[in-house]
Amino acid sequence: MTDQEYSQAKQKWEQAFEASMPADDKRFNRSGIEVKPIYTPEDWNAERYMDDLGFPGQAPWGRGIYPSMHRGRTWSQRQLIGLATPEEYNERMRKIVDAGATALSLIPCNSVYRGYDIDEVDPVLLGTCGTTVNTVEDMDICLDGVPIEKTSIALNDPSPFTLLAFLLAVAKRRGIGWDKVTGTSNQSDFISHFVANHMFFRLALDGARRVFVDHVAFANQNVPNWNPVSVVGQHMQQGGATPAEAMAFTLSTAIQFADDCVERGMDPDTFLPRFTFFFDISISFFEEVAKFRAGRRIWAKVVKERYGAKDERSHRFKFHAQTSGVDLTRQQPLNNIARVTAQAIAGIFGGLQSMHTDGYDEVLSTPTEAAAKIAVATQNILRDEAHLVDVIDPLAGSFYVETMTNEMEAKIEEVMAKVANAGGMFEAVRKGLVQGIIGESAMKFQDRIDTGEQTLVGVNRYVEEEEGSVQSLPRPETEVMQRQLDRLARFKTERSNGEVEKALDALARATEDEGDNIFGRIVEAVEAGATNGEICGRLRQEMGFGNPLVAA
Amino acid sequence: MTASATATASDDSASTEQLKAMLGRPPRVLVTKIGLDGHDRGSRLVAGFLRDAGMEVIYTAPWQAIETVVNQAMEEDVDVVGISSLATDHLLVPKLMDAMRAANLDDVAVVVGGIVPDNEVPALNDAGVAAVFHPGSSRQEIVSTIANLIAERRAG
Repeated sequence: MTDQEYSQAKQKWEQAFEASMPADDKRFNRSGIEVKPIYTPEDWNAERYMDDLGFPGQAPWGRGIYPSMHRGRTWSQRQLIGLATPEEYNERMRKIVDAGATALSLIPCNSVYRGYDIDEVDPVLLGTCGTTVNTVEDMDICLDGVPIEKTSIALNDPSPFTLLAFLLAVAKRRGIGWDKVTGTSNQSDFISHFVANHMFFRLALDGARRVFVDHVAFANQNVPNWNPVSVVGQHMQQGGATPAEAMAFTLSTAIQFADDCVERGMDPDTFLPRFTFFFDISISFFEEVAKFRAGRRIWAKVVKERYGAKDERSHRFKFHAQTSGVDLTRQQPLNNIARVTAQAIAGIFGGLQSMHTDGYDEVLSTPTEAAAKIAVATQNILRDEAHLVDVIDPLAGSFYVETMTNEMEAKIEEVMAKVANAGGMFEAVRKGLVQGIIGESAMKFQDRIDTGEQTLVGVNRYVEEEEGSVQSLPRPETEVMQRQLDRLARFKTERSNGEVEKALDALARATEDEGDNIFGRIVEAVEAGATNGEICGRLRQEMGFGNPLVAA
Repeated sequence: MTASATATASDDSASTEQLKAMLGRPPRVLVTKIGLDGHDRGSRLVAGFLRDAGMEVIYTAPWQAIETVVNQAMEEDVDVVGISSLATDHLLVPKLMDAMRAANLDDVAVVVGGIVPDNEVPALNDAGVAAVFHPGSSRQEIVSTIANLIAERRAG
C-alpha cells in the first residue's frame, strides 16, 4: 500500500463518516480523554513495540509481570465473605479448605474496623457485614483446623494491624514459625482510608503512618513471606475519582510509602517485592484495560528510577482488583451480572493477579449466598470456557488500546505531578487536595448520569416500572451475639489483667520512642490477652483518633 | 421513582424561594452519618445537590452519636435530617427516631439514603422516617422530595 492509497482511503472514510454522524459527536472517557471514532497507525504503530510493550515478564512491562501470565497461572479468586461469628466463619472456611482452597480472606465486623470490641457498640450493628474478631482466642476459633502454614491468608486489617498480631499469636501457640505464615495485610493503606473509606481509619494521620512503617519493618524482619503493603486505589475510585485519578493517587501513595520505608533505612529491594496493589474495575472497558497497562509501566519506571531497585520482583506491579459496586444498579438487579462480567473481562485483559467479582445484589444488601455463587461462577466461566487466557495480553497492538494506554499514562503522570507539587501524597491528603479532586469528579459523573450523557440501563434508559424486591441476609440472632459477648467477658476474666496493663503501657511508651517498634508491642500485647478495642483505644489516647477531613 | 417516600417528587414541588418566604430563612438540612460506616460519596453528593438548590447544609463527620444528631438538629434549627448509610447503620435509625420524638422534634423530617434492603424499609417507615432514597435516585428527585417535606412539615 502506498502513502497515497492510504490518504485517499482515509479521506474517503472521513467524508463518509462525517456524512453519517452528527457534527457534535464528541466522546470522552471517564478520565476526560477524548475517544476518537477510529485509531490508525498514525496514532500507534509497531515500531514502538519495544518501547511500549516488550515481552511478558520484561521491561517495560506493557504485557504483564510474568513470562507466562494467565496462560500459565490465572488469577486467585479472592471473594470477600462477611460471616458474623468466628464459629460461622470457621465452618465456612473449613469447607473451603477441604475443597482444596489454599487462600482465605477474613473480613472483620464493622465494629472491629472502627477499633472497638463488641461490648463497646450497639448490638444491632454487630456481625452484619463481617466477623467479630476481638481477641487471639477469636482468631484461633476462626482458623481452627485450618493449616496456617499451608494457607495464604488475606486479612482486611487496617492500621494498627491487630488481626495480623492475632494471627501471629495463633501461629506461635500452634508452634508454627512466622516464616511459614503467608498472606497479605489488605487495607494497610491508611492514606486511602483517610481520603475515602473512613470506616477503616482508626488512628490520626501521623500515628497511622508511624505504625504502618513499623509494621512493614517488623514483617520484613520476622514474617518474611508476608505482604505487609497493599496500596489501595479502590476506595478512591469508588469515592468518585476517575480511573486515571485513582491510578495516579495510588501510585503517589505507593511512592509515599516507599519513601517512608527508605527513610527508615530499609533497602528498596527488601520491601518493594512485597508491595501489592488493589484497584477498582469500572465498566468503562477500554479505559480500565489502559489504566492497568499504564499503571504497570509507570510503577516499574518509578521503582527503577526513583529507588534504583535491581531485583526484578521489585518491578512487578502485582495487583488485586474488584469489580466496581458503584456501577451496579438497584433497578433490574440481575442486569448487574452482565455488568460484573464486562468489568471482570477488563480486569483480566489488564493483567490482574487476583480478583473479586461482586454479587449482583451488592448494591442492595450484603451479598446473599446465591449471588456470591454466581459471582464465582462468572470468574470460572471467563477463565475456563471463554478462552480469554490462551493468549497473553491479547489486546496488545490494537491501535486504540495502545494509544489509550499511552494517553492514560500521560494523564496519570499529570495527576501524579500535582500530588508531587503539593509535597507528596501525605501532604496532598492532609491539605485536602485529593479529597477535593475526588469530590469534583464524583459530582461531574453524577451530572453525566442525571443528564443522560452516561447511560445507566434501568435508571436513565430502558426504565421499567418493576420494583424488584431484595431481601437482606438474615441479621445475626440476638442470642448468637450474646454468646459472643459472654465469651469476650469470660476471656477478660480469665486473662491476667496485670499482664495486659503492663503490655498496653509498653505499647504507649513505644509511641514516644522512635527506636521501638509499635507493631512489635502490639503483638506482645495480643499475646498477653489485650483485645482489638483495648489496643486501638490506647493508641488513640496516645496518637489521636482517626478523623477524616470533613469536606462537602 | 426509586424513593419509598410518603412525600414524592413531582414537577410542582415546592421551590426553595417559596420555602424561604415561608420560613423567613433558607431551608436548612443536616446531612450526617451515625453508627460505624464512613463511606461518604453519597452524603457529599447530596450535600452538593441541596446547596446547589439554595438550601443551607450542615455537614458533619461520620460516626455521630444519636444524641449529637438530635442536639445539632435542635441547635441549628434544621428542617430536615438526612442520614446516609451504606453498611447497615440504617438499623440504628429507629433509635434516632425515638430520640427525635423525645426532644419534640416531630416537625423535623428524617430521611435516609443509601443501601437499605427492601424488607427493612417498612421498619424505617413505621419508625417515622419520611423517605428512603435508594441507589439510582436522581438529584431532582432528592431535592424535590426534601423540599416538599419541608413545605408539608413546616407549613403554618
